[in-house]
Amino acid sequence: MAKKEIDRRFNKFGTVSFMGVSKTNDFIDYLEQGKVMGTRCKACGKAFFPPRSDCFHSLTSEMEWFEVTGTGTLLTFSTLRYAPVGFEGDLPYTIAVVDYGDYKVFGRIDKAIASPDEELKVGMSMKVVAGKTANGQDIYFFQKA
Amino acid sequence: MSKVGIIGVGQSTFVRSYPGSIRELAFEAYSDAMRDAQITNDLVDATVICSSPEYDKQRSPAGVVAEYLGLNPQPTFYVETLCSSSSTGLKLAYSLVKSGLHSCVMVLGFQIMSQLTSAESQERMGRGADIQWESPFGTMMPAYYALHAQAHMAKYGTTSEDLALIRIKSGTYGQLNERAVFRKEVTPEMFADKDGFGGPVSSPLRVGDCCANADGSSCIIVASEEKAKALCKKPVWILGIGSASAPVNMAGRDQFSGLLVGIEAGKQAYKMAGITSKHIDVAEVHDCFTIAEMMAIENLGFAEPGGGPELVRAKETYKEGKIPVNVDGGLLSKGHPIGATGCSQVRTIVLQLRGEAGAIQVKDPTIGLVHNIGGVGLYGNVTILGRE
Repeated sequence: MAKKEIDRRFNKFGTVSFMGVSKTNDFIDYLEQGKVMGTRCKACGKAFFPPRSDCFHSLTSEMEWFEVTGTGTLLTFSTLRYAPVGFEGDLPYTIAVVDYGDYKVFGRIDKAIASPDEELKVGMSMKVVAGKTANGQDIYFFQKA
Repeated sequence: MSKVGIIGVGQSTFVRSYPGSIRELAFEAYSDAMRDAQITNDLVDATVICSSPEYDKQRSPAGVVAEYLGLNPQPTFYVETLCSSSSTGLKLAYSLVKSGLHSCVMVLGFQIMSQLTSAESQERMGRGADIQWESPFGTMMPAYYALHAQAHMAKYGTTSEDLALIRIKSGTYGQLNERAVFRKEVTPEMFADKDGFGGPVSSPLRVGDCCANADGSSCIIVASEEKAKALCKKPVWILGIGSASAPVNMAGRDQFSGLLVGIEAGKQAYKMAGITSKHIDVAEVHDCFTIAEMMAIENLGFAEPGGGPELVRAKETYKEGKIPVNVDGGLLSKGHPIGATGCSQVRTIVLQLRGEAGAIQVKDPTIGLVHNIGGVGLYGNVTILGRE
C-alpha cells in the first residue's frame, strides 16, 4: 500500500507559514479560487473567523464553509517599519482588524494603498480579497470598499 | 481564614547581556531573596520556576535551576504564561501554601533574551500569538500593541505626546533604580530624533514607546501565616489575586482600547481583597509599551475609560501623585526580561509597603497592586498586597 501523503497545504499561507497540517486546510484551496472563507457550526449556527473545524459551543465537528463577503468596518490598523525575522522583505506593511458584525477578520492591508497611515481611518468600510504575497504564497488583503 | 505572606524578595540587576548561564542568573535573585528573608534553604519546601521558553536552549529549566540552588529533593514546578509567567507562578505558590500542601514556597522568574537578535526575539514573541492565522502576516508584539494605541487614539483622542509622557516618567525613575537596565533621563526632545526615540516601529508606536529586552531574574518567598509571623518582622500579605485569559487572535477581541484580561483580573483581585481602586496607594503595571500603561491605568479603575491621558498629563501617576504607577522605572526603563518581570514588580511593591524603597519610596503606602500581562492580553494577573 502506498504511504499516505501528509496534507501540508497550510504551509502555503502567508509570507512565512509556521505550520502546515490543520483540519481547515481547505481554506487554502478556497483562497486559490479567490474566496476568503470562514466556518459555521451546522448545529448552532455560530460563525467562526478564522475558520475552525470544531464548535466549542455545540461540541460538534459538523461545520460548513461560508464566504466572507460584503463590507466590514476598520477597527484598527498599524504600519510596521520593523519586522520579525523572515518578513524584512515585506516592509513596510500594514496589519488591520475588520469587523463584519458576526465575526472579525485579522489581516493585511493591500499594498495598493500607498500611504495607509494617511489614507486609512478607524471606522472606514473595507472589503477582503484573496491574493498572493511578494514571495508567491497565498494570502488575503483588505481594500477600501 | 489564614493568610499567605511574602517573607523575602530578590532581584538581579537587569542588564542588556548577562555574562552567565540561566542557573547562574537565577542564583542572583535567589541569594538576594534568601538574604532578605534570612532563612536557610531547608525551610523552603517547594519551588516554582518561571520563564518563557525558546529564548535559551534549556528544556524544562525548573529541575536545573532547583538543583543549582540546592533545593533538591523538594518538588519543583515549571510555570509559563509568556510575560506574566512569574506572577502566575506566585498564584501557584499562594495556592500551594493556602491549601496546606506546603508552608514555604520559593517563586523564581528568569529570562536571558540577549542570545537572540531583536528580530529573532520578535519572531519568537510573535509566536506567542496565533501561529496559524496571525504570525504568517508578520506580527510582532509592538505591532499588536500598536493596534491598541491606534484604537485608543481614535476613540479618545489620545496623542503620541500623551504616550511619550509615560516614557518620560519611567525615565525619571529608571535613573533612580540601581537595578534598571535603562538609567537615563528621557526628554520630549528625544522623541524628535527620528534615528532615536522618535523612530517609527509600528504606527503609531515609536522606538521610545517600547521597552528594551533585558536579561534578569527575580525571586519571591511566600509562607503560611504562621511561618511568616514566626520568621519575618515585616511580612507583606497577599490580599487578592485575580487571573484571566482572552482570545489569542485579535479577531476574537471585543475591543482594542483596553485589555479584557486586565479588567477581569482586576475585578477579581479587588473583590477578593474587599477593596476598590481608590484604596491602592502604589501600583506596578505592565508597561511593555507606553500604551500598555495607559490602558492599565484605565482598566484598573485609576481613571475612567479614556481618562488615562488626563491623569498622565496631570502627573498624578508620579511618586507624589494620586496613584503612583511604576515608580521603579517600569518595564520601559527597568527592563523586561519576560519571565522575571512579574516577581520583579512584586518585589518593588513589597519594598514600598515595608518602607524600604529608598529614593523611589512613596509616602507611607499600606496597599499596593501588581498588574502583569502575558502576550497581547492573552493572560493577565492582578495581585493586591498589604501590610496588614
